[in-house]
Amino acid sequence: MLRRLARDRAAFLGGLLILGLMLVAIFAPILAPYPDDVWQFHTPNRLLPPGPERLFGTDRMGSDVFSRMLFGARITLTLSFIAVGSAVLIGVPIGLVAGYWDTWFSELLMRVAEIFLAVPQIVLAIAIAQTLGPSIENVILALSITYWPFWARLVYAQTRSMRNEVFVESAIALGAKPWRVMLLHILPNIASPIIVRTSIGMGATILTAATLGFLGLGAPPPTPEWGRMIAESREYLPEAWWYAMAPGLAIFLTVLGFNLFGDGLRDILDPRTRRSVGGGRG
Amino acid sequence: MVWLNIILNRLAWLVPTLLGLLLIVFLLSRVVPIDPARLAAGDNASPAQVEAVRQQLGFDRPLPVQFLRYVGDVARGDFGTSLFTQQPIVDDLAARLPATLELTIVAILLAAGIGIPLGVVCGLHRNSWIDHSLRIVTVSGLAVASFWLAMQFQFLFSMKLGWLPLSGRIEGFPPEEVTGLVIIDALIEGDGEIIGSALSHIVLPAITLALPAAATVVRFTRNGVLGAIGSASVAYQTAMGYPRRLIVWKYVLRQAISATVTQLGLIFGILLAGAVVVETVFDWPGIGAYAVRSILQSDYNAVMGFTLWTGAIFVLINLLVDLLQAAIDPRGAR
Repeated sequence: MLRRLARDRAAFLGGLLILGLMLVAIFAPILAPYPDDVWQFHTPNRLLPPGPERLFGTDRMGSDVFSRMLFGARITLTLSFIAVGSAVLIGVPIGLVAGYWDTWFSELLMRVAEIFLAVPQIVLAIAIAQTLGPSIENVILALSITYWPFWARLVYAQTRSMRNEVFVESAIALGAKPWRVMLLHILPNIASPIIVRTSIGMGATILTAATLGFLGLGAPPPTPEWGRMIAESREYLPEAWWYAMAPGLAIFLTVLGFNLFGDGLRDILDPRTRRSVGGGRG
Repeated sequence: MVWLNIILNRLAWLVPTLLGLLLIVFLLSRVVPIDPARLAAGDNASPAQVEAVRQQLGFDRPLPVQFLRYVGDVARGDFGTSLFTQQPIVDDLAARLPATLELTIVAILLAAGIGIPLGVVCGLHRNSWIDHSLRIVTVSGLAVASFWLAMQFQFLFSMKLGWLPLSGRIEGFPPEEVTGLVIIDALIEGDGEIIGSALSHIVLPAITLALPAAATVVRFTRNGVLGAIGSASVAYQTAMGYPRRLIVWKYVLRQAISATVTQLGLIFGILLAGAVVVETVFDWPGIGAYAVRSILQSDYNAVMGFTLWTGAIFVLINLLVDLLQAAIDPRGAR
């Protein structure tokens, strides 16, 4: 499995990007040339163009954009891991339960999921984040509430198709309790699509989170959040062209990493849909 | 009968879906820490005035009563008044919908016009250099943040090169309104300057919006072509000595396009979500920018109106996709 992952160039590159991002997040204080710049202002240095000492220039507060970008990785990673983790923890059980039993209740659960999918995710996320007030916790909450139906719908469809498999029926015939059948017999067999969806879902969540930050709904300043950094740079165009470069590239590479990794995983786990459809967007 | 079934099936779910959407947004609007009556009454209102506004707007009633009343109003086509534009929300949305439609239509034409041919080329020349390089482009197109891309475009093409306008929909007076789509209206009026202005304004937002959609179209079309080439019928036709060009143009292409049409709902979703951001950055006067402004100003009636309209458009688009698909491939119809 791991060897095949290394052979698939896309998955390998994606994995490398994700690994790099994690290292950056962990070692941000060591890697950053000016770690103090994240929370302190150095107004005399404001809006310096990139040079050998400041790779990506400085921002309106005189802080090193590169250092702030490195610290931003921490926020993005924590935020998206928790948000996607909660969405999976809400969506997967709902999908399992709705798919296992065929009652009006399953129907209701899936209808609720579809209502959430009836408007663009970004709109719901903006509305929720705005209602709760700008903070990282609220962004996480907004993202988990908007994204759980993706996993619910996927797991529902997969469980439905597993429900009539011989090994599931025999487990039931042997007297296994429903939760046992779901967790030990069905879940392991539908793990691959869930993992693939989760990797691509990370990409989509990071983009949405950055958009929330861009619109001013994320963490309050001076938190080094990538979306907010890009929003701040807008009024200094066209002079400070470097200002948005580092955070923009950071978002791009991060989302690219998770999308490539998910794509590659799909090819490995399900060879039928080689180089298949979809992508982390929406 | 198949057609009727599809239509009835979709429409039957339209009402519960919209009710559910309404309920979600309604509940959201009532947990806000901001008092809507105070907001409506203005900053200088006395407590008594705020109370009067509260009663006038019905915010003092129990929540279920408020919700039912709101649903009743909506059913009669009354979405309430925007707290900020002081206009009926239906009018606000109706005035801005053509701008969003125009942008979305141009973007979807771009996405299909670029995406389908490229997808076909990739599928027919699988694993060639063009397939590999386009894969890199499409994966990148899906990973870039559209607000950042929009800013880079503005910086390069407007501020540095001065080729295209920075933002907005038209310079000077818009053409006389016939369809509401400025480009069409300008063509009707026949004024070259206005046509040029309208076209130059839409280029950057449309390209920004179309990019992720085009990337998705390339991928779907490519997979459709691959699926068709691998199918038994194409193997049979090849074995029977049909010319390859005929097979490609008549059979492979049809299946590939059908694969893409199935996903039109998804592609439209990408565009609508993108429009919210792209319109905001380019000051495009559509419903997406209106929604963002309403949300940021806690104008909840407007937000609810937008959400409902978007939901209804979505359900109708999916209905249209189902019908299209039934026309292209009758086997799949339920």
